[in-house]
Amino acid sequence: MNFETIIGLEVHAQLLTKSKMFCRCSADYASAPPNTHVCPVCLGMPGVLPTINQQAVEYTIMTALALSCTVPDYTKFDRKNYPYPDLMKGYQISQSDAPFGHRGWLTIETNGEKKRIGIANVHLEEDVAKLIHRISPDGESYSLVDVNRSGVPLMEIVGEPDLRSPEEARQYLMKLRSILRYLGVSTANMEEGSFRCDANISIRPENSSAPLAKVEVKNMNSFKAVYRALEYEAKRQRRIALEGKKLSQETRGWVEEKGITVAQRSKEYAHDYRYFPEPDLPPLVLNREWVKEIGSKLPELPEARRDRFVAEYNLPPYDANLLTSSKAMADYFEACLKTGVPHSLSSAKRAKMVSNWLSGEFSRLLNATNTEIDNSKVSPEQLCLLLDLVHKASISGTSAKLMFKEMFNSGKLADDIIAQQGLSQISDTGVIEREVMAAIRNNAQAVTDYKAGKRQSLKFLVGQVMRATRGRANPRLVNELLEEKLEEG
Amino acid sequence: MIINQLTIHEAHRLLGARQLSSVELTKARLERSRQVEPRVHALVAITDELALKQAQKADELIARGNTHPLTGIPVVIKDNMCTKGIPTTCSSRMLENFVPPYDATVVERLNGYNAVIIGKGNMDEFAMGSSTEHSAFFATHNPWDLSRVPGGSSGGSAVAVAAGETIYALGSDTGGSIRQPAGFCSVTGLKPTYGRVSRYGLVAFASSLDQIGPLTKDVADCALVLNAIAGYDSRDSTSVPYPTPDYTQCLTADLNGLRIGIPKEYFVEGMQVEVEKAIRAAINKLEELGARVEWEVSLPHTPYALAAYYIIAPSEASANLARYDGVKYGFSYTDTDSMWKALEKTRQFGFGDEVKRRIMLGTYALSAGYYDAYYLKAQKVRTLIRREFDQAFEKFDALVTPTSPTVPFKIGEKVDDPLQMYLSDVCTLPINIAGLPAISIPAGFGDGLPIGMQIISKPFGEETILKIAYAYEQATEWHKRRASI
Repeated sequence: MNFETIIGLEVHAQLLTKSKMFCRCSADYASAPPNTHVCPVCLGMPGVLPTINQQAVEYTIMTALALSCTVPDYTKFDRKNYPYPDLMKGYQISQSDAPFGHRGWLTIETNGEKKRIGIANVHLEEDVAKLIHRISPDGESYSLVDVNRSGVPLMEIVGEPDLRSPEEARQYLMKLRSILRYLGVSTANMEEGSFRCDANISIRPENSSAPLAKVEVKNMNSFKAVYRALEYEAKRQRRIALEGKKLSQETRGWVEEKGITVAQRSKEYAHDYRYFPEPDLPPLVLNREWVKEIGSKLPELPEARRDRFVAEYNLPPYDANLLTSSKAMADYFEACLKTGVPHSLSSAKRAKMVSNWLSGEFSRLLNATNTEIDNSKVSPEQLCLLLDLVHKASISGTSAKLMFKEMFNSGKLADDIIAQQGLSQISDTGVIEREVMAAIRNNAQAVTDYKAGKRQSLKFLVGQVMRATRGRANPRLVNELLEEKLEEG
Repeated sequence: MIINQLTIHEAHRLLGARQLSSVELTKARLERSRQVEPRVHALVAITDELALKQAQKADELIARGNTHPLTGIPVVIKDNMCTKGIPTTCSSRMLENFVPPYDATVVERLNGYNAVIIGKGNMDEFAMGSSTEHSAFFATHNPWDLSRVPGGSSGGSAVAVAAGETIYALGSDTGGSIRQPAGFCSVTGLKPTYGRVSRYGLVAFASSLDQIGPLTKDVADCALVLNAIAGYDSRDSTSVPYPTPDYTQCLTADLNGLRIGIPKEYFVEGMQVEVEKAIRAAINKLEELGARVEWEVSLPHTPYALAAYYIIAPSEASANLARYDGVKYGFSYTDTDSMWKALEKTRQFGFGDEVKRRIMLGTYALSAGYYDAYYLKAQKVRTLIRREFDQAFEKFDALVTPTSPTVPFKIGEKVDDPLQMYLSDVCTLPINIAGLPAISIPAGFGDGLPIGMQIISKPFGEETILKIAYAYEQATEWHKRRASI
């Protein structure tokens, strides 16, 4: 029997506001010592009252609009009741039936096909405190509460169950993260916890309209974890269904080290949050003009930017897509073009050259070192200087890669490295000829093969010369001289 | 001059004329407290050291020409308003040792005027009750008859004023908790319009109904205190940014042309004959003073107010009281290894029966499957009651009713019968449901026990209320009678 996988994602994103959602404490708690960004309000002291952070409301409306949601005229906050030591008031101020945005969508692309994924709603709430579980030297377990995070604005984006594979889920998350970063409303960093994802996943037998039991998967702390957890879960559910067993509706936790999901004990009372309107906050009537103004101030979003890159820089759509999937990358790209270097290239060729470098060597190193491009030590100006050297053939491609690695790791300037390491290209035929002769002498088998018509051997010999000159020899000259000498010999 | 019977405006005049110092005034109050506290138990804490310091400072300021009417005047604060550095218990075991790190906005304002805080008033635990018998510490006794209740939940504040332990007090009113004890103790008690006084720092019972107000010896004092505490507060999103008038300006004793309605539903079955008699006499007096009274006004939704109140208030309370988990402050049960057990036991031992009863009521009313039938229905009733009042105030400037259907009842008489206890607030609850302002002023006695008259007006109609109350007060002597204790 065949099954279809059905996935819906719920994403929580912390908003990049200066202060917390309902008090004036700083929301930037990342490096703060525990319990220093707190006040009676976010501690949930008796007698305190919340006041709404307008910036958070604006950010939420921005997001709702960017996700093509309807922003209603009337919204309100509600109390979501459940007891837990990380919840200071015993209830969370959230939104139930009148969120800031509902019924929107975003577009993903898998296998070159565009697909619209529905957004059920976008709502605003407050984050909870952080519990830190410890074990004392004599083996007693205890928990500490850090209230710094309590009350940080948290936006929840509830996706419709429109995703059909873990890959689509991954695309959806990347797209959503990209949009939040383009809007500048969240750092949207999953590893740091400013972007969290819970997944609902079920399978539906072919020819059936009803999916089997819905499973909620939690505790995924990276994009990769989401992908792996969903893969695992889709397989697990198929296996159980094929064994003829009944799948149970439950919450499961992803165990990263083991690569499996395990059933979590359902939280007591978790099923009845007893929502009711927050009496401490009057309902919000959203001024149409204000919402319109927020809409008109939305920054350029990934798709628009991609289309512009294609039109303005003549980039292939593939390149434009890659560059604009991250705002930081696209910003870096445009900063490079702004330098106008290398001058002698047409703007389209320059764009393509920068694009190749960004998606090639640069991305490889960023990934390998887990660095964000806006934190990289290589400035756009320096990168362009390097490209200029390559373009003028002052250095070889191989040298350029070595140099770039050095710049990337140490932050040194291109000129300094050239001066220090003598990386400029060798076009002195005397020097190159000496190395060519040495290569022929030391690789008799390759020479024989070449003469027997094996063109591959020429490449091998070129490689030997390049290695001997640490990549500095002008490859064109090496090729020419090698062919010449081989013909002679 | 009987120093224990001074009003704010009298004491202020004497302070300004240097015939009396704030220290003398304060010492006299503290002495009076020592005399009467063993009999009335109005205060959960007497802050004598702090009070004398504040009094000294006030005297210095007065010597330098400070003329604010509240400077140097002793006040008692109900123990559900946060006072920085002074325990704020809500008369609950749960908060017995809770010392707030901040002042409620009203306390901040009084301190700003250099008031003298002499103590914290006893109350029904978390303001849930109508007799102050539900205090976890001790019951407060009515100075007019020590075997009777003073009303509640602001019983301690009302008694402290009635027994001369303070010149005025602050109370809070969720369903009658200022007005009913004011009526029972023959003092003046005002519940302002919802949103008129900041709730920031008032430990919440039912957030959409709670409101802080003054308990005073007369109407002029009431206006002075309202002047000091009313006004917008950016920390309370439900406070209303209307300008605050000078409430003393409306004390003109002129009722000509004022239209007063008497809603018949407030003269309920089971109302004591002497109460009805006293209130009808008081209304006749208002008519004599020039008001146009219409006796047969009907507010047909009134009978549903009590039911709606006992859904809405406990629902909000069930969430408001969820924070008392023993982790952060207050009582904490620690004799267990289990987090959930600790939470359960903390609440089992920290809360009294009435509080638990209301938490259970509210939790039930909000539960899945019951929400529509209870909470939502109650909110619809609320809208109807509000609308009914709106319509009435198109015709009338004020409505007049008894404050309570009975005179003070015996201690122990209703404490085991919640429904009878709840009915004690039947005339005051609808006012909170509608968010209106209302006052209770002394309007007579039945067998030597106080009877209060309630005057209600439209939202932000405090001036109309004070005007009528003042005119009545000036024409009568009830407010001058003092309990002989």
